[in-house]
Amino acid sequence: MSKTITIDGKTIPFEEGQTIMDAAMAAGVYIPHLCHQPEFTPHGSCKLCTVKVNGRNCSACTFPAADGQDVLNQAEELIEDRKKITQMLFVEGNHFCPSCEKTGNCQLQAVAYHLNMLDNHFPLFYPDRKVDASHAEVMIDHNRCIFCTLCVRASQQKDGKDVFAISGRGIHKHLIVNAQSGLLKDTDVDASDKACAVCPTGAILVKRTGYQVPIGERIYDHKQIDQVSLSTEHPKHGE
Amino acid sequence: MRQFIQGIAENNHYQATHLLQILRQIQSRYHYIPEAAIEQLSAALSIPRTQIISVIEFYSFFHLAPRGQYELLISDSITDHMLGKKSLIDYLANKLGVVVGAVREDGVVSLDNTSCTGMCDQGPAGLVNGYALTRLDRPGIDKIVALINQQKPLDEWPGELFQVDDNIYKSGLLLNRQIEHGVALKSALKRGIKETLKEIDNSGLRGRGGAGFKTATKWQFCSEEQQTERYVVCNADEGEPGTFKDRVLLNSYADQVFEGMTVCAAIIGAKQGFLYLRGEYLHLHDKLQSILEQRRQNGLLGSNILGEGLDFDIEICLGAGAYICGEESALIESMEGKAGIPRNRPPYPVTQGYLGKPTVVNNVETFLAAAGIAVNGGDWFANIGTEKSKGTKILSISGDCAHPGIYEYPFGTTVQTVLNDCGADDVLGVQVGGPSGTFISNQEFDRKLAFEDLATGGSFIVFNASRNILDMVHNFTHFFAHESCGFCTPCRVGTSLLQKQLDKIIEGHGSAGDVVALEELCQLVKNYSHCGLGQTAANPILTTLERYPDLYQSRLKEISYEPGFDLDGALETARRMANRYDAGAHLAQLEVNEHE
Repeated sequence: MSKTITIDGKTIPFEEGQTIMDAAMAAGVYIPHLCHQPEFTPHGSCKLCTVKVNGRNCSACTFPAADGQDVLNQAEELIEDRKKITQMLFVEGNHFCPSCEKTGNCQLQAVAYHLNMLDNHFPLFYPDRKVDASHAEVMIDHNRCIFCTLCVRASQQKDGKDVFAISGRGIHKHLIVNAQSGLLKDTDVDASDKACAVCPTGAILVKRTGYQVPIGERIYDHKQIDQVSLSTEHPKHGE
Repeated sequence: MRQFIQGIAENNHYQATHLLQILRQIQSRYHYIPEAAIEQLSAALSIPRTQIISVIEFYSFFHLAPRGQYELLISDSITDHMLGKKSLIDYLANKLGVVVGAVREDGVVSLDNTSCTGMCDQGPAGLVNGYALTRLDRPGIDKIVALINQQKPLDEWPGELFQVDDNIYKSGLLLNRQIEHGVALKSALKRGIKETLKEIDNSGLRGRGGAGFKTATKWQFCSEEQQTERYVVCNADEGEPGTFKDRVLLNSYADQVFEGMTVCAAIIGAKQGFLYLRGEYLHLHDKLQSILEQRRQNGLLGSNILGEGLDFDIEICLGAGAYICGEESALIESMEGKAGIPRNRPPYPVTQGYLGKPTVVNNVETFLAAAGIAVNGGDWFANIGTEKSKGTKILSISGDCAHPGIYEYPFGTTVQTVLNDCGADDVLGVQVGGPSGTFISNQEFDRKLAFEDLATGGSFIVFNASRNILDMVHNFTHFFAHESCGFCTPCRVGTSLLQKQLDKIIEGHGSAGDVVALEELCQLVKNYSHCGLGQTAANPILTTLERYPDLYQSRLKEISYEPGFDLDGALETARRMANRYDAGAHLAQLEVNEHE
């Protein structure tokens, strides 16, 4: 008999080596996440995917599924706290959705809608962050970076490069690029790199593509992020 | 410079795992890490420059911009503050002609704050080019200023400025007598490896870093791993403010600590061990190296130890100013030459630790105790203490007491007994276990030091009735925000939000609802953070809010709402630039009658 866990009372099978997130996705159960993409090594930093496993908080994207686990995902308390974690991501950066070219395609925004986030709740940090538009085809708007490291992992694991890294400590964390000048134009980045396509927010953008799809016809304009995630992201199978 | 860096890289066998050790030497020579050095190291160590920069920007003791030839850092622990740190650093800044946080224009000296340097029993303390300064006072500062202005090399400075004392006031089972070199190892080998593990198991020894995991179980798990390349790591990254017992153990009982590590190596089958020494204890480095060398010459380290076919050696890794590296998986990352970011668990270090290999990480005091148990057997240890907490605990006592220093007690001792012994009167409360621990009030002194009641890694800070609890909470909360590694959202953003929200209340800008909001935020940071730092960062607020709710409420304004944004505060820069401090240069954002 195959091994199972239960999520919110529903029995879900899993394969050895899968995380709770993998098992949930395969069974059509959405757990909110931002730093996770099934094709890259899980990171476990955004903490949006926190679930209760046998009463203990765990990151679903990194915690291994084990037979008989009782997982809570849709508990009211968890949803409320995930909303606050999302609000934290908003206040630490400078996110102005109405003027951002990523609006409607932005996962941070979509998760916020999904969690019914209606305000910032916390005081804004207004950090002084820069825009790097030095490269001919790709730009970085540091105001929108949430340090998910997807670009770092994509560059290493898919592109075979080392274009991006996260530097600094605590609230002074920031994205850096692999060039003596510190500018994107002096790296070996290419607009077709996977790293330039994985950013969940509008921090890394390929130039001259911003308004090709009009506002109102974008991914999350008509669908919730849970629906999009379940139909486009394919979970890792156990090894 | 090229040759200098080439030399260091070569001495470190071009190993990227040695990045911290390499950067320490460059920082020490140039007082920053020059761009050319980054470029050269990237090639020599075959790592991307981004990895080097992320390490430099993570650790407090590395800098991308030049610091002074004399890098002065003053310890910002609450105990230093209680000894007059604030007025001293102002005096020092004034005498030197340098702003705190900056480099003097001539480049000779820089001055800044640093987290607790582990000299709480002999503060106010500081560091000059990494070396500990103790018992700072105005005459001492006058001397230091003169020496800096004459640009006297550090080895010509008077020794009394650097004098570090043990201050052992009460010895017990562990501190009473030194074990003769090699005896613990001989006893363990004579008894048999398996039998010795059994004795450690019988002793009930639990990890002394604070978490209290059973030592024998950890060693057993590691020894049962399939991977045969295994490591022993001694965690001497004693960063919890108010803790300094590991410094004393390494100063006066190092042989026994190394012997405990060697016994562990024999049990788990490790060939290599590491002592991760916090950067603040640089003054111990050379002494420890020579003790290791002596042990090699005596056949207690190296190959074929005691002629018993056991191979094991110990290397010292120095930290570079990051509290988070006390967390065992962050410590391992740091040993691998990376930023100290705690790993996802599982896997635990006993399964996948240093370089992905099974690794035992234990506290200095745990290895000291293990050596004692190897000699005297499990009962010797287990006969003392309580049922769940066997043996003794070595405390670092500081704050308002007559004799701050090191005290060893059987587990189960009451706080009142400790207070009587260290000469503390008129006590308001005690912070047990450092900022990440618990504040207990003077109504709770019958509580016991033990894992089942008051667990502590050893920090014990006494506050008398003249102290303001909120000053302490403020200091601790800022400490956590400063030391958060930034990996996970709840801790990275949450510790900064805690700092803002607490400051808002302490500075008198809080209104109804702000204490509730503070408590909510505390729970969020505590319940969702990735590691122990975030999970305990709200403890100073939570444990004092529970005991002194009125203290917080009394700071609130009697209005229903005050915005988080301080309009008048934001104009401070403008006032300074315009040199205007009249009433017209101030703004009130809400017209309120506070006497209503």
